[in-house]
Amino acid sequence: MTATFTDRIDIALTVNGEEVEARVPAGRHLVDFLRLDLGLTGAHASCEHGVCGACTVRVDGQAVRGCLMLAAQADGADVWTIEGLSDNGSVSDLQAAFVARNALQCGFCTPGMLVAAADLLDAGGAPDRATIREHLSGNYCRCTGYEAIVDAIESVARARTDGGAA
Amino acid sequence: MKASVGGYARAVDLRHALDLLAQGDGMARVLAGGQSLVAAMNMRLSSGDLLVDINHIAALKGVTREGDRLRIGALTRHAEVATDTLIAQHAPLLRKATDLIAHAAIRNRGTIGGALAHADPAAEFPACVLALDAMVHVDGPDGARDIPAADFFTGVFETMLREGEILTALSLPVAEEGEGQVIHELARRIGDYALAGLCVVRRKAGHRIVCISVGTHPELATAAMDKLDAGDVAGAVAALRDALDPPSDTQASAAYRRHLAGVLLERAIADLNGESA
Repeated sequence: MTATFTDRIDIALTVNGEEVEARVPAGRHLVDFLRLDLGLTGAHASCEHGVCGACTVRVDGQAVRGCLMLAAQADGADVWTIEGLSDNGSVSDLQAAFVARNALQCGFCTPGMLVAAADLLDAGGAPDRATIREHLSGNYCRCTGYEAIVDAIESVARARTDGGAA
Repeated sequence: MKASVGGYARAVDLRHALDLLAQGDGMARVLAGGQSLVAAMNMRLSSGDLLVDINHIAALKGVTREGDRLRIGALTRHAEVATDTLIAQHAPLLRKATDLIAHAAIRNRGTIGGALAHADPAAEFPACVLALDAMVHVDGPDGARDIPAADFFTGVFETMLREGEILTALSLPVAEEGEGQVIHELARRIGDYALAGLCVVRRKAGHRIVCISVGTHPELATAAMDKLDAGDVAGAVAALRDALDPPSDTQASAAYRRHLAGVLLERAIADLNGESA
């Protein structure tokens, strides 16, 4: 039997390493599923049309917009949010550098910034400032003016390639 | 805002997807990368859609060389276009275009087939495939058909795709020896839609020029192409500006867009010639 249209979809996925099963409404965004159904409120729902980047999460190893992907599409996916990335320590150097460099003020954009920054740094090498800015071009910050964010990411990139601390 | 979706179904293969589209009674809509469709649904520009998720259809994926043509599956994501070695070798214009399309997280999801079917006049890929003289492959209730890119785009967000059809792939001639392919555009910020842009392909048979963001849909700039074939760059710039009738909006006036198109053509020619503009 082949599936037809339904307005409730059963999904099974892993979120931050834990297996999750749920039945979601067809129009539920991934970020709303994470926030409202799973209580993972780190990723923020803001512009809700893919412009601001506050909802950025990691799906199957790649940074994606949580507001431009439906929860129904995440069936079988491996999803990581800032909560999981914080707990497993994979972005701890970035987080420390953000604090040290004043790369956040209100903090609203920070979870998305960190996921986007990790996406860039995980690709390896030490990207220059222009590359960092290009990679963050889809993440809005209304507090910092970006300079400190670029400073923080650049320092972590150098530390990681040198094998030292940020 | 939140999307208002009428229903969702995950297609397991192309036949299943076509059956679902036929069941939709006009409300069915193909969900590929979703980077324009979900945004449009979130803004309630479209509501009650019955979504046919084609992301799991293996037949729509992959890039292959078939003789002297390159076939690119509709589900090939922008990030894959950016890194695919066959595309880099045989259709470098598409790889260059990915540097200009939106942002990394968008490129991880957006698909080339979706970009062509959506036919946004400010999008890069529709202009690229026309400049490359590609063929668009579709399948539907009346069978498969091939539509030349020159015929495929018909207006703002409008194409030759009929109700119930799915864009399955595009194919294009592999770049010939010494072929030049460049894309230049101007946007206010990295990743924004271009105020104006253009692609130029230089082949033995002549130049092909297609503009971005200055008309309703991609069209060959034939007058400018003829001038360029004759070696008259200044004439080509004048002919291009003369032929364009771009829109004015809050981003740029028509006159400014027309001016930019000429500047970009000069830069593209310098790029093709290996000079700095």
